[in-house]
Amino acid sequence: MAELSGWAIGAVAALGVTAIGMGIAVFSVDSMARATFALLGSFLAVAGILLVFDLVYLAVVTALMMTIEMAIMAVFMIMFMMNPAGLMPMSMVHNKRGSAGAGAVVFIVLVIGVWTVDWPTRDGQPPADSTRQLGEAIMGSHMLVMLVIGVALLATILAGTVLATARGRYDRFGADLRATRPDDPVGGGLRR
Amino acid sequence: MSGDLVLQIILTVAAGLVGVGLYGALSQQSIVMIMMGLELALNGVLLAGGAAWYFLAPQRPDAQMLIVVTLVVMAVEMAMGFAVTIAIYRTRQVDMVDMAADLKG
Repeated sequence: MAELSGWAIGAVAALGVTAIGMGIAVFSVDSMARATFALLGSFLAVAGILLVFDLVYLAVVTALMMTIEMAIMAVFMIMFMMNPAGLMPMSMVHNKRGSAGAGAVVFIVLVIGVWTVDWPTRDGQPPADSTRQLGEAIMGSHMLVMLVIGVALLATILAGTVLATARGRYDRFGADLRATRPDDPVGGGLRR
Repeated sequence: MSGDLVLQIILTVAAGLVGVGLYGALSQQSIVMIMMGLELALNGVLLAGGAAWYFLAPQRPDAQMLIVVTLVVMAVEMAMGFAVTIAIYRTRQVDMVDMAADLKG
């Protein structure tokens, strides 16, 4: 099986505990900003574990992407949500008992699976460069996955823009789109 | 410590992340906090994918592709979640899921 050195196992253990602890903190701290940064801590701990596994590229991508994502999320928290600074105790939950039960059941089922499955022995050694392995897969045997991802991201860009647009054509030209002049607050907009 | 045991411990941590994330997604009222719960569950998938690659099949890139797909799912979920949040807040000042229960049967 795999050989991890002693320090690597220690690092994985510390990072694993950090990931779980930060994950629990997300739903127990009083401030949404703090919750955001607790989630970021959990992501960074997982990125550290990926780094121990020689998945350098994916670890760096995870760390960078999640740092930016959580920064954006913190901005949204402060824009929309109540109590972003945690000046008073915060508890905005519903059906807490049922949710905790569902989470616990899923965890227990997964753990039973993890500890009862007869895991296969390791097939081969890690490649010298895991990033090269991933790149060759993306451009070769797994290109279909990247094609689907590309289309999905394009659809996300379009749908996000449509949803975030304040005034669409029905606001400008009426429900039947028959208005001759657009009903804009300020003139100079696009014609039909 | 044998690799099998390390794999099982890491997968247990991943299962913990999925469980905590599911609890958060089901229990939180704020739309953004629900998204954070989903992200935490996906974080567990990231961890499990990395462990599966290293301990089971490092010669094949499939687990790495799974991690890439998970990262993309996270990005899409975040982008669409915020777009929906903006849209419903703009029209109805709704920022909690309990305030958007009109269609509840």
